[in-house]
Amino acid sequence: MCVAFPMRVTAVTGDRGRVALGDVEQEVSLELLDNVAVGDYVIVHAGFALQTLDRGEAAETLAMLGALTRPEEEPAP
Amino acid sequence: MKYVSEFRAKAFIEALLGEIAKEAASGIRRTFMEVCGTHTAAIARGGLKRLLPAAIKLVSGPGCPVCVTSTAYIDAAMARALRPEVTIATFGDMLRVPGSAGTLEAAKARGADVRVVLSVLEALAMARERPDRRVVFLGIGFETTAPTTAAALARARAEGIGNFLVASAHKTMPAAMRALAADPAVAVEGYICPGHVCTVAGLAPFAPLVEEFGIPAAIAGFEPTDVLAAVLALIKQRNRGESRLENLYRRSVRPEGNPKARRLVASVFEPADAWWRGLGVLPGSGLALRREYAAHDADAVLPVAAEAPREPAGCRCADVLKGIIEPKDCPLFGEACAPDRPIGACMVSSEGACHAAHRWDRS
Ligand code: SF4
Repeated sequence: MCVAFPMRVTAVTGDRGRVALGDVEQEVSLELLDNVAVGDYVIVHAGFALQTLDRGEAAETLAMLGALTRPEEEPAP
Repeated sequence: MKYVSEFRAKAFIEALLGEIAKEAASGIRRTFMEVCGTHTAAIARGGLKRLLPAAIKLVSGPGCPVCVTSTAYIDAAMARALRPEVTIATFGDMLRVPGSAGTLEAAKARGADVRVVLSVLEALAMARERPDRRVVFLGIGFETTAPTTAAALARARAEGIGNFLVASAHKTMPAAMRALAADPAVAVEGYICPGHVCTVAGLAPFAPLVEEFGIPAAIAGFEPTDVLAAVLALIKQRNRGESRLENLYRRSVRPEGNPKARRLVASVFEPADAWWRGLGVLPGSGLALRREYAAHDADAVLPVAAEAPREPAGCRCADVLKGIIEPKDCPLFGEACAPDRPIGACMVSSEGACHAAHRWDRS
């Protein structure tokens, strides 16, 4: 029920938008967010974008995971 | 699939499992609860229980909306479905939940107008197109879903779509987690917190819980590495005698959550007492429509006579939802009760612990 996916915004018209994930494209309401732009990734749940995905934070999490795979380096704190 | 596949990478999964194995080397048994049904489904899909050391046990919690919804609510939906002018619009999982006198699916087969929707906006569109019908949307779900129902209600009111009604069984998570933490029968030593609830609610509702009960907690996303990172964080906290709320899903969860969504929810709904399967009535844990929205409130517009609901005989869903027993401990599990012939709500929803366990055991 709380299933939600990060989807890329492909079009914005007022508080409606189009989002894509792989081959799936759908319409979403953007009314729960401010300042969504084409190219952003948003977390989509039940026809609504709930949050804009923070790319910086995503990169940081992936970097921490990456560090775990290289134990010879300084381990992540 | 960007921001999905990376978080499923095998190398990361293996590295996390290695770290977890190190932390679990003492063999001390740890029981952690994934509160959210979407986590239950993700854990089952990823086969994560098989990958974790035997000392670590994951139990499911009350975060499966369909599972905690009362039989009385299903009965009310059934009663409304039988009225000739009513269309019931609902998320698919609700169709097969047994009420006292059968399921919405059976009612549909007998001619009731029951429609499955993926979004409340589809229900609103139905109401707009068919002014002669009363469209009743079954509003279930937690902080994640409530803003979507609120948005539809606000729009219905603004546009004067008077035939759009909501039967709200929306609930909020922290009260349930608090009830579990305070229950001595529940031996949970750490919470995997619901990432998409927190995406809306932020950290504030969960922090006091961690402090008060001294229980480790980690907010997690829904890919395998997200869940394993949370398990690692919880076992680390336990081993070091700490209890903190860690946000491990920062790409989606801001500390403040989504204030715009919460403001909308607060303008449409107000807190109300709510009944949870397994937990009973938890004060203020439900969301009822505000008086200004009474014209869209199915409970006000289409009241139904409340009869004492009949719970499915022998179903132990209530204990499963508290993590007191595992699905396989239910005598009906697997033989009498299976996904194609569910007896209780926990076997119906793909997020239900019984459903997930049934699939996982057989895979
Ligand atoms: S296996 Fe079926 S009957 Fe047993 S607790 Fe789960 S849903 Fe209820």
